[in-house]
Amino acid sequence: MKVRFKLNGKFVMLDLPGVERLIDLLRERLDLVGTKEGCGKGECGACTVLLDGKPVCSCLMLASQIAGHEIVTIEGVAADNRYAHILNAFEETGAVQCGYCSPGMIVSAAALLARNRHPSDNEIKRALAGNLCRCTGYSKIIEAVSRAAERVAQERK
Amino acid sequence: MAKENPQGNKFNVIGKASPRVDAIDKVTGRARYGADHSRTGQLYGAVLNSPYPHAIIKSINTERARALDGIRAVLTHADIPGAKSFGGIVPHQMVLCSGKVRYVGDAVAIVAAETPELADKAIELIEVEYSPCPVVSDPEQALSPSSPLVHEDGNLCAHHKVRKGDIETGFKNSDFVIEHEYTTQKVEHAYIEPEAVLAEPGENGGVTITGSVQNLYSIRRAVASVLNLPLNRVRVIQATLGGSFGGKDEAMSAICCRAALLALTTGRPVKMVNTREQSMRESYKRHPYKMRYKVGVSNDGILQAMEIKIIADAGAYAATSQFVTWRSVVQATGPYVVPHVKTDIYAAYTNNCYTGAMRGFGSPQICFAVESLMDELAAQLGLDPFEMRLRNTLKDGSITATGQKLTHRVTLDEALRNVTSAGGFKAKWLANREQDSASPIKKGIGISCSYRGVSLGAEGADAAGVGISLQTDGSAVVTCGLVDMGQGAATTISLVVAEELGLSSDKIVFLNADTTVMPDSGPTVASRTSFMAGNAARVGSTILKDRIAPVAADMLKCKASALVFCHDFISAGSSRITLAQLAAECFRRGISLSAHGWYKSPKTTWREEDGTGDAYFTFVYGANLAEVEVDIHTGRVIVTKFISCHDVGKVLNINGAKGQVYGGVAMGMGYALLEAYAEEDGQPKLGNFDEYLLPTICDMPQTEVIFLEGDDPLGPYGAKALGEPANEIAAPAIANAVANATGRRVRELPLTLERVLLGKNLIPGRERGSAMAKGAES
Ligand code: FES
Ligand code: FES
Repeated sequence: MKVRFKLNGKFVMLDLPGVERLIDLLRERLDLVGTKEGCGKGECGACTVLLDGKPVCSCLMLASQIAGHEIVTIEGVAADNRYAHILNAFEETGAVQCGYCSPGMIVSAAALLARNRHPSDNEIKRALAGNLCRCTGYSKIIEAVSRAAERVAQERK
Repeated sequence: MAKENPQGNKFNVIGKASPRVDAIDKVTGRARYGADHSRTGQLYGAVLNSPYPHAIIKSINTERARALDGIRAVLTHADIPGAKSFGGIVPHQMVLCSGKVRYVGDAVAIVAAETPELADKAIELIEVEYSPCPVVSDPEQALSPSSPLVHEDGNLCAHHKVRKGDIETGFKNSDFVIEHEYTTQKVEHAYIEPEAVLAEPGENGGVTITGSVQNLYSIRRAVASVLNLPLNRVRVIQATLGGSFGGKDEAMSAICCRAALLALTTGRPVKMVNTREQSMRESYKRHPYKMRYKVGVSNDGILQAMEIKIIADAGAYAATSQFVTWRSVVQATGPYVVPHVKTDIYAAYTNNCYTGAMRGFGSPQICFAVESLMDELAAQLGLDPFEMRLRNTLKDGSITATGQKLTHRVTLDEALRNVTSAGGFKAKWLANREQDSASPIKKGIGISCSYRGVSLGAEGADAAGVGISLQTDGSAVVTCGLVDMGQGAATTISLVVAEELGLSSDKIVFLNADTTVMPDSGPTVASRTSFMAGNAARVGSTILKDRIAPVAADMLKCKASALVFCHDFISAGSSRITLAQLAAECFRRGISLSAHGWYKSPKTTWREEDGTGDAYFTFVYGANLAEVEVDIHTGRVIVTKFISCHDVGKVLNINGAKGQVYGGVAMGMGYALLEAYAEEDGQPKLGNFDEYLLPTICDMPQTEVIFLEGDDPLGPYGAKALGEPANEIAAPAIANAVANATGRRVRELPLTLERVLLGKNLIPGRERGSAMAKGAES
């Protein structure tokens, strides 16, 4: 089956075998290994990507479901200047330890900040509730997301 | 006291808020973890685990699997050319089982196939005939003479003891004696990255392994002996690690040996990646402990005697049980002066998932017991928990339970004072005992404290190396035999080199560990990295500096002693040159720009017969405070505030240090309230994060971090250790807070709804969660 979709800003046409998870398509066939697998069951959020701007678990989706849609992975987020504040804030605050959860966290944060420019701590928590991190205790992650939001707000002034 | 930002910092980079050297790679998704490495033409490996926790293997038939198209190898124990088993302390863990399986994570056969799906299919076609044996699942029963044997030479895996004074005299001197049993559960490291390795046949007839490994050198030894290869033909490279917490140590030898076997058999690269379920099933856990404490106290609240008996479940294999239980026996009395001590700890083999190193390494269990006990004693004496502790804590010059005199500055009381005054402990603690009975929400506050031996102590050879190579453009490559598993070692080591050579830290590239580059630096465990590698980095930098300084002196026409290395410049008075100029000049003159620093830890002593000696060369101290709200209608506990104070000697990187504390508290909260790896008759009752619950971002309380800088003369710039202390006393602080709120003591972890509400856990049905769903399907 041939499908057409948008991936990190570019249109792609691909032949899909019957059953293939989106995460496998991204990681194994397209070498976009920034998207991580932690549980394969929708529990950890390490595999989060944007589907038409909304965060989804790529381990729970079939590749065929993305026909006609737009997917953005961490590689796409990292290359997009609009999100530079988030990456910088994660780096500066120490929100990254082992970093395995970071791509998923950042993708979820990007989705949040795209729809809510001034999230409260509680809104940040709710947006990232599906992303597990075993290293950081989350404090610095909350700090990073609110710092990124502040910077975006300042820039718009 | 240095609160958050240490003052009077005389350093250029040390102690500042430096970003991690690897952060950019990680936030952009560029960093390559184990499973992110692939090679063209690679095969996929898969494992057949035992369905039984204890059984004799009668026959293995791989014919149907072999006949499948796209299968390149199907191997069993008979195909192993060298040693059949591995293990640093007891080499009895089978790479592929023959004869007998001892837990459900044991492997019987492996396959390599063109696709992961084919590999799984081949696994299903392997036929194994077992004859099940009686399952040993209770460690206490395992030690009774009538128990079936897990290993031929008996079920006793380890026994350590400590004897101090005379226990009978101690109880005679006591005005009253209390006796309680505390138990802690088995927990999983739950690093978010499951284990993954890639093995490639090497050009020299050897093998190269790239993967999520924490202890490269012990893995290399295991692979070499299993494959019958000399050490120099086995190369182990650490991929960026997605968390470890002690969980990807030597036991990674199993998956590495299997992948290497398949690669050498097929002549092709072989990738093996665990699913979460496999990781849970196979990987070792933190030891569950059953701890009986009998304690004598005089009326003035002074501890007189402690008699302690602990039983640990080692599971099917020894792994690091001997060392884990050794740390427990040394620290079992907690950070208190006790004149008469008798401690015995036993680890027993069972058919449960085996247990080994996990952040804390034998301390979270005993911290829970001792710190609960101190509150119970306080209640009996009518003292508040803070006062009770102060009367007994270790002070400067105190003698520990093993007879070691503390010669460094003991900052335990300071740590306790910090958390209690910052948290307003005493007033709240008293007020919480008289709460309005109408409201179902009860507030509680609790404290805990600990001391912890730094690095390996008398348990093993303790040395580490750091390599530094200055480039002619003034940049540098740094590498170390200890690994960065997320805790920030790469950053810490880079900062030390930057400080010593006057480099800016962004001029340093830190290479992940590789056995062909660095000599054996032992395991990355015991919070030893800052201390050991930090010191080694200092030694290496000094060697290099001493070598290039005369050239700089020559160029600047001054004495070497007048030189200042700072911000990528070397200056003497008003004249200066760049580090790049100096490096280029050294290169021109044929002076080596690379140096290797080696650091061996100070001496420790131990007498196993009576458990006495200077067990560790130095200790760290810490105290925690937790505030909770307990809903007495449901048993639900919410942690509302947390304060964590640790003496780290010297903060090397404030960002990294705070991160270690926040992460440690989160893991301690999981231990206190949520996590339990449940097994029944050796069968796991859960397999993924839908049932094994980890704290999420919504569970985290507001956390305050206070650092004490006790300045240990032995550490690099006075630095000691933090990774494990930050984790070990979180759970008891929470348990004490819950007891303060409800007026009832729970002596078992985790504090589930039922335990808080009813004082006991309800026995779950045999089938729950995914197991039940599966039952319903069929
Ligand atoms: S891998 Fe998709 S949620 Fe964990
Ligand atoms: S940084 Fe390791 S899991 Fe989040």
